[in-house]
Amino acid sequence: MALVNGKDLSLAQRVNRWLRYYSPTIAVAIGVIVLWEVIVVLFDIQQFLLPKPSAIFSEFMLQVNLWLAPDEGSLLFEASGATFWEAFGGFVIGCGGGILMALITSRWTIISEATMPFAIAANSVPIIAFAPIMNNWFGITNPASKMAIVAIIVFFPTMINTVRGLTLVDAGQLELMHSYAAKPSRIMFSLRIPNALPFIFSALRVASALSLIGAVVAEFFGGPRATLGVYITQEAGAFDFAKAWTAILMASLIGIGFYLAVLVLERRLMPWHGSFREAG
Amino acid sequence: MSTEQGVVIAAQGINKIFNPGTDEEVIALQDINLNVESGEFVSLVGPSGCGKSTLMRLVGDLLQPTSGDLLVNGKLPRVARLDRDYGMVFQAATLYDWRSVTKNVQLPLEVMGYTKDERQKRAQEMLEMVELGAFAEHYPWQLSGGMQQRVSIARALAFDPSILLMDEPFGALDEFTRERMNLELLRIWEQTGKTVVFVTHSISEAIFLSNRIVVMSPRPGRITKIVSNDLPYPRDFKTRSDPAYHDLVSEVRELLRDAIGSGSPGGVQAPSRPHEE
Repeated sequence: MALVNGKDLSLAQRVNRWLRYYSPTIAVAIGVIVLWEVIVVLFDIQQFLLPKPSAIFSEFMLQVNLWLAPDEGSLLFEASGATFWEAFGGFVIGCGGGILMALITSRWTIISEATMPFAIAANSVPIIAFAPIMNNWFGITNPASKMAIVAIIVFFPTMINTVRGLTLVDAGQLELMHSYAAKPSRIMFSLRIPNALPFIFSALRVASALSLIGAVVAEFFGGPRATLGVYITQEAGAFDFAKAWTAILMASLIGIGFYLAVLVLERRLMPWHGSFREAG
Repeated sequence: MSTEQGVVIAAQGINKIFNPGTDEEVIALQDINLNVESGEFVSLVGPSGCGKSTLMRLVGDLLQPTSGDLLVNGKLPRVARLDRDYGMVFQAATLYDWRSVTKNVQLPLEVMGYTKDERQKRAQEMLEMVELGAFAEHYPWQLSGGMQQRVSIARALAFDPSILLMDEPFGALDEFTRERMNLELLRIWEQTGKTVVFVTHSISEAIFLSNRIVVMSPRPGRITKIVSNDLPYPRDFKTRSDPAYHDLVSEVRELLRDAIGSGSPGGVQAPSRPHEE
């Protein structure tokens, strides 16, 4: 079967194809940045309202140089690292807990039916409102306070989606297992869990974005100096907007990186699903 | 109950009522008596709501009768299921998307604890039987509907069950593919000597394939008549031009028309969705 998945193409052909596919996206990005620069210059917009992209970029490069210099340090990069770990830790705890909880509850229909309404209700609560309380519980400078918020935010969507994936199994596929006189544990591992994988990954993709938002916003309520949320509030408070924007830029880069990492993992673990999408 | 030699499925006075005692009570099957002999190919035909799928599902222990005696290989259907006497094929191929073709065929073997070597050997044999030996490493989405259904048949036969239960297996296929699949199924049946219970909407398909055709009528589901089909095997394209074949088609069509006429109005032949409870 002639599959067009780029495996048989030369490097030049692949680069060419990649460029053709992404060139509109790149063009739009460059266009927006240029337009932004032009508008700021043309209308003489004050830097505290909207800094020029070039100003943000040079501030960013300054921080990169500080970071790379042997005995200097960059607060921005330190903050990025700290926020990343908060988001990542919360993501792992929350998603892991959500998946585990789903596996446990779906094993017993009664528990699952009793807990699902609460999970769905909890999912529509603005969890970020608990940030000050978590600060009190764990201590304002303790990363655990931000991790807790992130974990709670990602827990419910992951759990709900996983329960759906485990229970929304094709009736025919299930009857087949019954006709083989399969044990419940076998049905779980050979049917329910693989069936749930696409549901779990769509939850993880959402959770990857949510976890970074959760961490940064939780930091707005207070945290150590070297975190992105605090960095943004402090620099904006000091009217150093180029600096605040570099932190926003870093948060975006981490968020995108996080999302892509989940995507790569998804392709790895579900090759059939990825190929299905490419074919469709 | 008389368990004569060679009787694989013995049904006596089977009734099946859905939601008994409620407003939605439906008598799906009434007083069904049917014996299927070992190695027979029996088709159940009838319009929607005649209970033909329900009857097949009772045999396969996917449903339980409300009353009546049902024995499969001399055992209760539940015991027969636990003994893995059934291979099942549904209208949808119900392949597992995340498994390659060979892994799909190996699924029942994995559940039943065959060794890896046995599984691979058996799966390859089955795939060769349905002429998909070259597609072992493909994934279901890479196959056509007819090929998927052949994989599903290979999977049903992989663990060598004594009975093959097929619920409109070719209902979703186009006419040409369907006729090809019919020929292929006959070849497999003759090769393996399985007892087959085959549910279909298609009169011509039922007659082309079976030894006996169980004609059923709806509301409540009952057996109108069991038609014997003595057309010789092996059957092929020429069978369809045999006058005896056409006589049988007319006979069954006549029976079905009477059956629908005696039921409630609105039961016109050839309903598009086979959705009986």
